[in-house]
Order: sequence, then C-alpha cells, then structure tokens
Amino acid sequence: MSHFVIVGAGECGARAAFALREKGFDGEITLVGSEAIAPYERPPLSKASVLETLDPKFIASLEKYAESGIRLLSDVTAQDVDPVAKTVTCSDGSRLAYDKMLLATGAIARPLPGAAMNSAHIRSLRTHADAMALRKAMLPGKHIAIIGGGFIGLELAAMARMLCADVTVIEGLERVLKRGVPEDIAHVITQRHRAEGVDVRCGIAISALTEEGGKAIVRLSTGETIEADLVLVGIGAIPSTELAMRAGLTIENGIAVNEYLMTSAPDIYAAGDCCSFPLAIYGGRRVRLESWRNAQEQGTLAAANMMGVDEAISAVPWFWSDQYDMTLQIAGLSEGAVTHLRRDLGESAFMLFHLDEAGRLLAASGIGPGNAVARDIRLAEMLIAARAHPDPAALVASNIKLKSLLAA
Amino acid sequence: MSGNWIKVCEKDDIDEEDVIRFDHSGKTFAVYRSPADEFFATDGLCTHEHIHLADGLVMDEIIECPKHNGRFNYKTGEAKGAPVCVNLKTYPVKVEDGSVFISV
Ligand SMILES: Cc1cc2nc3c(=O)[nH]c(=O)nc-3n(C[C@H](O)[C@H](O)[C@H](O)COP(=O)(O)OP(=O)(O)OC[C@H]3O[C@@H](n4cnc5c(N)ncnc54)[C@H](O)[C@@H]3O)c2cc1C
Ligand code: FES
Repeated sequence: MSHFVIVGAGECGARAAFALREKGFDGEITLVGSEAIAPYERPPLSKASVLETLDPKFIASLEKYAESGIRLLSDVTAQDVDPVAKTVTCSDGSRLAYDKMLLATGAIARPLPGAAMNSAHIRSLRTHADAMALRKAMLPGKHIAIIGGGFIGLELAAMARMLCADVTVIEGLERVLKRGVPEDIAHVITQRHRAEGVDVRCGIAISALTEEGGKAIVRLSTGETIEADLVLVGIGAIPSTELAMRAGLTIENGIAVNEYLMTSAPDIYAAGDCCSFPLAIYGGRRVRLESWRNAQEQGTLAAANMMGVDEAISAVPWFWSDQYDMTLQIAGLSEGAVTHLRRDLGESAFMLFHLDEAGRLLAASGIGPGNAVARDIRLAEMLIAARAHPDPAALVASNIKLKSLLAA
Repeated sequence: MSGNWIKVCEKDDIDEEDVIRFDHSGKTFAVYRSPADEFFATDGLCTHEHIHLADGLVMDEIIECPKHNGRFNYKTGEAKGAPVCVNLKTYPVKVEDGSVFISV
C-alpha cells in the first residue's frame, strides 16, 4: 500500500490530509506535527473570537482523523529527510518510509535580533499557547507595547483595547501595513486605532528590548524608553525551511516549488506558508504568501497532484484582516500597479482597484464595517483571475454592478 | 410540508442570482433567487463562524460566505468544502401572487 507522509500539521497539512481522502486516496496517510495539539486555525488567535473561548478552533475533531484513516502524530517533529531512500526520521525515534511527501511546515514568528522570544514579558504570536499567554496579560490598565505595525500587531492592538489595556504600537517604517496595503486603507486603520486610544508611532526603530524588574523595557532610536507589562514582537514571519534545507532541497525565500507544488526532489511537494511558487497570473513571478486561504487551496492542490492530477496553481492571492468592527480584504498583488481607482461602497466602506499601465486589473483592496466589502472584492478577484481590463469609469461608479463587468 | 408560511418579501425585492437576509422571531434566514428564477431559503448564518450569508455572493446554485469564502449549495444546504464542513438547514419556499413565503 502506498504511504503519503505530510510534515507539518497546520492549516495546510491538515487540509491536504482530508483532501487526499476526499479525492479517493486509499493508501496510508501520516500527518506529523510538532505542536502538542491537533491542527487548529491560526487567524482567530489574534481576533476577538479568542476572547470567547480558551479552546483552539480545531480544523477537525480527533474522531474525524480516525474515521478518515489519517494517522495524526502530534508533538512529533520530523528531523531528517532522506530523499534518496525516501524516509523521514522523527523526534520520537521512528523512521517513516514514504512514497510521496508533502512539506507543510509553515512559518514561525520572526525574532527580534538580540531579544528574548517567549519570556515572561516578551512574546510573539503564532501558536495557541502564545495567544493564551497574551490574553492573560491583556488586563485593564496594563501596558502592552507592540513592536511592528503589521496585521498581527494591529489585530492584537484592537483586542487589547477591547480589554481596556493601554497600547503602544511602534512601527519602524513611516506608516503601518507598508507591505501589501495601500496608503489610503492603512490611513483609515491608523486613524481608527488612534480614535480607540492606541498610541501608534511610526518611523521609530528599536535599539534594545530587555526585561527588568518585572517589566519589559523598549529602548527607541529616539532615545526614549517605553516600559510595558508585555511586549508583542510582531515583525513578520519566516518560512520553516530547515528540514528541507538539510534534505538538500532548493530554497528561495521558502521551499522552492514549481507550478505543481513539486520541490526540487522527486516525490516531495511543499505547500502553504513554507513555500515560494511561480504565480502564472503575474507572469510566473515567484512569491511566497502567508495567507490562510492559500494554505487551504495549496493543501488541496498538493493532495490532487500527489495523486497524479498535474494541476497548476491558478488561484488569486486573497487575504483578510479584522480590527474592531472593520474588515479589510485584499485580492491579488498590487506590485506594478500605476493607477489606483476608488469606489465607494456606502458611507463608511470603500475599495481600491489597482491597475497596471495597460489597464489590467492586478489587485483590489477594500475596507469597511462587517462584511461590507466582501462581495465586491470577490467579484474583483474574478476579474483579476480573468486578467480583465475593466472600464475605469465603471469601476468607480458605485451604481454599476461589478457583476455586470464580469459578463462583459 | 408545514402550513406555517411566513411572507418574506415581494418577488422583485430579490435580484436574479442574489440573496437577501430575512429575520423572523429571533432567527435569521437567507432567501435566494436563482438564475433560473426559482426561490430557496436556508439558515442565515454560516456554519463556520456565524456570519450573515446574505452579504455573500451567489453564483449559480452556490452561496459563498463573505468572511472566508466557505461555499454551500443553497438549494440543498450542502457544505462544499473547507473551511465549511457542516451543512446549512434549508426551508421550503413558495411564491404566490408575486410574494415569497418560507415555511419555518
Ligand atoms: C495570529 C495569526 C493571525 C492570522 N490571521 C490571518 C488572517 O486574518 N487572514 C489570513 O489570510 N491569514 C492569517 N494568518 C496566516 C495563516 O494562519 C497562515 O497563512 C496559515 O496558518 C498557514 O498554514 P500552514 O499550514 O502553511 O502553516 P502553519 O499554520 O504555520 O503550520 C505549520 C505547522 O507545521 C509544524 N511544523 C513545522 N516544522 C515541522 C517539522 N519539522 N515536523 C513537524 N511539524 C512541523 C508547525 O509546528 C506548525 O504547526 C494568521 C496567522 C497568525 C499566526
Ligand atoms: S464564517 Fe463562513 S466561511 Fe468562515
């Protein structure tokens, strides 16, 4: 019987395991994961829902793995892969022989050079345990300093304010969300945080982060010192590539895969946050995404291709973030856009269309209360997938339905 | 089925291939008009995170959740894959004299 081993039991690995069964794979499936608990969803860790329950939002119940014939090895790390003998050696001493393997090792929080990662007063946020530790510290009157004005930092800032903690966000660049979010939208988000009482400080570097006398001390490039009960280091993520590197696979800002999610070694695939891949809709440009839907879609695609389907990646990148009652959604990648058009969606929601020189729609981003932008972002995503050159006048005219442009 | 029909709206209050939200006695429903001009109704909230489906996009016989793009067949309630795995409950619908009714 054929044996497929999936290394990394996160969003991508778990979805891939179930997708194999849904597609009729009848061999053995082993899902190896370093974390002590079954695969869970990470996005809720920085969102209001984490305040409602102490339990992680599991991707599936343990019974479902058993019923589906998926052997889940939790608290086990894959340590070495021999791509010639086709075996993987694990931290529990076992050696698994595989016919095909999927690396879905994800990413870890980027450490701040010279500072502790997970100590009493300094924390990053990637796992459920991190979220629980942060939640415990976010009490009324406590001061939370957040290093990095990225999505995780800002989502956590919103949560901390909901819990009445004092919050300072320190961003090194001149504005928050510099990577991937247009200025107009970042501005709305910054204003909202300020209105909620968050001290958002941009263009400031960190010269040192230490712990003294039951507090974390952040020394800033301005010479100032900030004392906090807890510091969240939210300066991005780095792909988990050590295992692949040791196995001699090609690494290029993540485990390099081709359009079928195949790595440089035979019968080894990679998917999700850990891999970089060529994106056909943008001329084959190599990208690595840290996005939940991408992890799901690539997990499903990897499963299909491990079963011999040979389907190429075609999905449009998509991302969302929730802060207070606002949701931001982005479809596509806006690099190379020269025209940015605005469409208002009611009073407090709007979206931007990002077009290249030839008028092709590359990306769309929107922000508004609740799910006000969802439908139109989804339609924009379809236009992006179709490589459409929509009429700019129609894009900005709120009374012309985007759906009508799709048919055109 | 049940005789307890409740009026939702006029037929033309729902565009073709679209959905509206309908709240009734503390419950929320989503009522759909298909491209073939038939009407359907399901529970109003996504089974993943209790988000109003009526903010989502209707494509043919699929309703896509606005929050994380979970998909359901609104005619049968069937969940069409990750991240949704629990089906939606569906309700009988009838159209009479240009008005849409559901049985709850
Ligand atoms: C706090 C937070 C909020 C987020 N919010 C959003 C959001 O709002 N929207 C969005 O689109 N995305 C969001 N994301 C990103 C999204 O969660 C990730 O893109 C997604 O989890 C990637 O899935 P993955 O399976 O590729 O990697 P991961 O989820 O990182 O899973 C990889 C797993 O592999 C394990 N592993 C690694 N190496 C080994 C090994 N050698 N042996 C065994 N196991 C191993 C790791 O322990 C981990 O459990 C968020 C992420 C975080 C952390
Ligand atoms: S809430 Fe509907 S898919 Fe998540």
